[in-house]
Parts: sequence; structure tokens; C-alpha cells
Amino acid sequence: MTENMTTVEEILERKSKPVIRDASVAPTEDMHDRLLELEAKGEIILQKVPEPYVEFTTKYGRKKKIPIEHTWHHKSCGHCGHIPGYASSILWLHRQFNLDYHDPTDQTSCTGWNYYASAASNAVGQAAVMSRNFAAAYETGYFPLIHCGTSFGHYKEIREQLVHHKDLRDDVRRILDKMGKPLVIPEEIVHYSEWVYAMRDKFAERQLVDMSAITATVHPACHYYKIVAEDAIYDPEIYGGQRTAVVTALLEKLNMNVADYSTWFDCCGFGFRHVLVQRDFTRSYAVLRKIETMINEANPDLTVTHDTGCVTTLDKSQFAAKAHDRKVGVPVLSDAQVAALAMGAHPFRVVQFHWHSTDWRPFLEKLGINWQKYWDEFQGDLDQIRAGTKSGITWEDADQPIHLTA
Amino acid sequence: MPTTLDNWNPGKAESRHPEATYEEKERLFLEVKNDTRYEDFLYGCYECGICVSACPSARFYDFSPRVIAQAMAREDVERIYDIITEDIWNCAQCFSCVRCPRQNNPGGLVTILREVSLKNGLQESKDALQGYSRVIYKVMLKGNQVSPDMLQPDFFPDWGPWVQGFTENMHVWRKAIPMDSIRGLTDVAWRTDRKTLLELYTIWFESGNMDIIKELDESLYDLLTEVMEEELEEG
Repeated sequence: MTENMTTVEEILERKSKPVIRDASVAPTEDMHDRLLELEAKGEIILQKVPEPYVEFTTKYGRKKKIPIEHTWHHKSCGHCGHIPGYASSILWLHRQFNLDYHDPTDQTSCTGWNYYASAASNAVGQAAVMSRNFAAAYETGYFPLIHCGTSFGHYKEIREQLVHHKDLRDDVRRILDKMGKPLVIPEEIVHYSEWVYAMRDKFAERQLVDMSAITATVHPACHYYKIVAEDAIYDPEIYGGQRTAVVTALLEKLNMNVADYSTWFDCCGFGFRHVLVQRDFTRSYAVLRKIETMINEANPDLTVTHDTGCVTTLDKSQFAAKAHDRKVGVPVLSDAQVAALAMGAHPFRVVQFHWHSTDWRPFLEKLGINWQKYWDEFQGDLDQIRAGTKSGITWEDADQPIHLTA
Repeated sequence: MPTTLDNWNPGKAESRHPEATYEEKERLFLEVKNDTRYEDFLYGCYECGICVSACPSARFYDFSPRVIAQAMAREDVERIYDIITEDIWNCAQCFSCVRCPRQNNPGGLVTILREVSLKNGLQESKDALQGYSRVIYKVMLKGNQVSPDMLQPDFFPDWGPWVQGFTENMHVWRKAIPMDSIRGLTDVAWRTDRKTLLELYTIWFESGNMDIIKELDESLYDLLTEVMEEELEEG
């Protein structure tokens, strides 16, 4: 009887091989088909991904188009409010390659953070906010590139709801009519970290800072790959296709040592409501389940993630834990900031390290960057702004890559 | 009373909240069940616990996404009332639970439960959102969830001396950002056109969102309504 049983060795052998998934046996429906049906019925305008784009494989083997330029930058509340170097790094990278983009002022928050925190909204309100933003992008001719992981996940979920519920589409259309806007759904909902993934070879070609001495851990953002899981990018070359490829693929391309740790699937502890009004949970989770585990198992110089809440939570939660003698002290950056730094972005004018609280100086020193020199330079900018001789830092000040030196 | 073989009821839960009638609890459950999304979020429960193993709140609170899915699948009105009054605000809304092999979405069920709780003015939800009103005010009126001027030492003492240093330098740091849409702004995250904000206010009124705010916090509702109506009138 035992002759026909699968052996442990056979299981380990199977697990050692990369997973290559077949789209024809995907366990979920292809949203693209449903969107095309709605477009054919005249129910929606389907905004097509502009050329040039690159196609990648998502979790169940389907293809996803990632636009390289002509993008409408759907900004993130948390980036722009509390980690501005995150947003400015994304745009700086576009500018380095002269890619056409639009930084709009007719965009509102997706309001998803508030919805996940308080539920003080409803399905119609949330779908109308998303649709208004997408209509605004469509009116400009640029294609939405979503900076925030929560917006990305929230919009994917709302897209499913709109596709499946005619009453919801009718409610949203009634509201949009009052603004003279059409119901537009983009062909793909694209997260900026997918654009970073698409551009990683180009970034590596222009890399100025050697990052081979750095060991980094990766925190994949929950709302990127857990909500509507099939719409996240997977690659057999990265973790054997068992985890999303974004972020990790970039770090490997930049020659960092990406170290694994056992709680990679855990969330960061953000909690949406918790991080604003009940941070005992947030702090404990971020330190005990993430940072301390990373240190015990990988001892990283840096941890890298791709969402607003994750950067804030993992970074800001470390201070209080020091009082309890917990193991902390891992600086936290987004993939976009790492890519910009690798290509010579100014650590303060562009990457804006001073908005991060966990000590980032040892990390920069390990990269061979004399952070004090660039901090002094930045202080000179601030002195001029205070004196009124300079209104602020502009792209003219920030565009030029610098040969970061010790 | 301790559970023994004599009093053990493996079926539906006993009432732990006699302050509400069964009919009232059932009415709330039916409101949840009639939500458009309910059938997308619940397909039954194997009781395998995969959702619990992935759940951050289950590690730190007496909270279980499995119990939520089970109670919903059994239509256990008493247990659902326990959940709506005791558990829903512990959920971190990370959606780690959607790895469910039955494709349940316990996090999504929590979202609906929270909405129903707010719409019906349950005190437990008002308590959970104490201190949060200023964020609702910001996002509904300014179109941004957070802004630099919300980073005050009184609100974020656990973030350490960085916050104090930030507040002292906020205005000059904000001018030292190269993005035109952000530079110099402290009360919002990015610059938003007036027309866009008026469109956002229209959404809040037309979607029924304001009814929820009225149940949650009447003074917040009055404040938001006054400002938004005045702005919409001006056009």
C-alpha cells in the first residue's frame, strides 16, 4: 500500500522547482473579459494602457500590462503627508528617463484608509470616489499609476464590485452624471511598484552606488498582493514564483543581498484605525512580529517595502520599543527610494531621509555615502529658504544625480 | 456558568447582551446580510483556521476571523451581535484572512458589520472611534487622510523626539520638497483644485455618506454639512 504514496523526497523535489502557472486553469475569472463585455454594452469607458507597456505574469499565469510612461500619478496621502521622499523619488525616477507623466491636482484621496479605519462611508461612496478619480485621469489622456498600496487594493476590490453589481454601477453613474463625468475603468489597475519592477533593468544600468554590501529584508504590502491576489506580479525566478516578485526583484537587480525571515507574510501592524488612535497594537506587532524577527533571523541593514502604511509603521514604531530593550534599529525605505538612491538621488533633496526616524546614518555610511556632507548642503538650502532668498527646492535643484562619495 | 455536558449548546450562542432584544439583533444581522457584497464575502466555513493563523489581531486580541465566518454561515444572531459590539474594531483590515480555501473574506464581513454598526448608532462603535473624528473631518473636507500638521508631539509621543524636531522644522521642510503639488503645504498632503473638492462633497451627499456621519457624531456632521453646503452654494 505504501508503494504508491508520495514520499517526502518527492514533495521536497517538487517544492524545489519554480511554479509556472497556466492561465487556462486559473481558479478565478479573468476581469479583463468582464470589462470588455461592459465596454461592448456601452456601460463603461475602458481606458486602455498606453504604449509603450511591458507585459508581466500575475499570480495565476495571466498577463498584466504595465505602462512605462504617459501616467497620471495618483498620489498617496501617507506619502505626500508624512514621507514625501517616497513620492518625490517616484517622480525623480521618471524624470531621469525623460518619461512623460502628469502630477495632477484634480485627484482626491481614494479615502480607503479612512474606510478601513472607520467604515464611515459605504460601497457607493467609495466606488464614486474611485470613479471620479479615474474619470479625471481619463480626461487628461494619462493613465492612472497608483502610488498607494491601499488605494491599489481598494480600487481592485471596488472594480470587482462594479463589474458584478449593476445596481452599484447605476448608483455611481447617477453621481458622476451630476459632475458631467463618464464611468471609466482602466484596463489595468497598476501599482507604482509594478512600474519600478518593469524599470529595474534600466535603473541597474544607471546605478552609481554599489549596494552589494547591503543585506535587506522585504516586507510585501498586504493590500498589494492579498486583496484580489490574482492581480499581483509573480515570477518563477523570484522565490520560485511562490511570492510576489516586486520589490525583491529590484533589490536583487541592484546587487543587494535579500535575506529571508519567517514572518514575511505577516502584516506590518498598521491596522488603519490602530495606527492613528490605538498604537499599542501597531507598535507591538511591528516590533515583535516584524523588526525583531528580521533582526534575529537576518540581521538586515535595511528593510524595504512598497506601501505608505508599511514604511510609516515599521519605521516609527521602533522608537518606543527601545525603552523595553527590544531589538530594533533597522531603517525602512520604499523600493522607489532605494532605486533613486542607487541612481544618485540626493539623500535629502530627493529621498528626504530626514522624514524617517529610525537611524538611517549607519546604512548610508555602509554604502560609503558621506551623509553629513549632503546634510550640510541641504541645511544650506533650508537657510536660504528661511532667509527668503530661495522660495523652496525645485526639480532644477534636485534632478541632477550626484556622485555620492565618502 | 461553566460549560458542562448538561448545559453545553453546540448550536447557536446564548444571549450575552440582554440589553438588546432578539428582534433588534436579527434586524441588524439582516441589514448585514442584505448588503450587496455579502454573498461575495461568504461561502461557508471549513473551520480550518487558516484565516486565524494569518490574522495579526488574533495574536494580540481575543479575536477570530474564523468565528466571524462561522457565525455568519450559521446565521447565529446572538453571536453576531457579540461580534458587532465586542470584536469588529480589533480587525486590522490587512486581509491576510482572504487566503481562506473557501474564498471567504472575513475582513470584508467586518467592513459590512462596521458600516451597519455605525448606521445604527451603536455606542461601542462611537467609543472605538473616539479621537478619530479629526481624521474624518480632514479626509471628507480636504480630500486627504493625513497632513503634516497632524504630526504633533501630543498625538504621537511614542514616535519619540523626531516628532518635536519635525514640528519645529515643518514649514521649512515642506518648502524643501521638489514636487510642485506638495511643496509648501502643511494642512494638506497635496494641492487639490476647488472644483475637485466640490465634486468630492457632492459624492458625500449623494452616496448617503452623510447619514452615517450623522449617526456617528452629530457635531461633526453639523460642522461638515455647514462648510460643504456653503462651498457648494458658492460653486
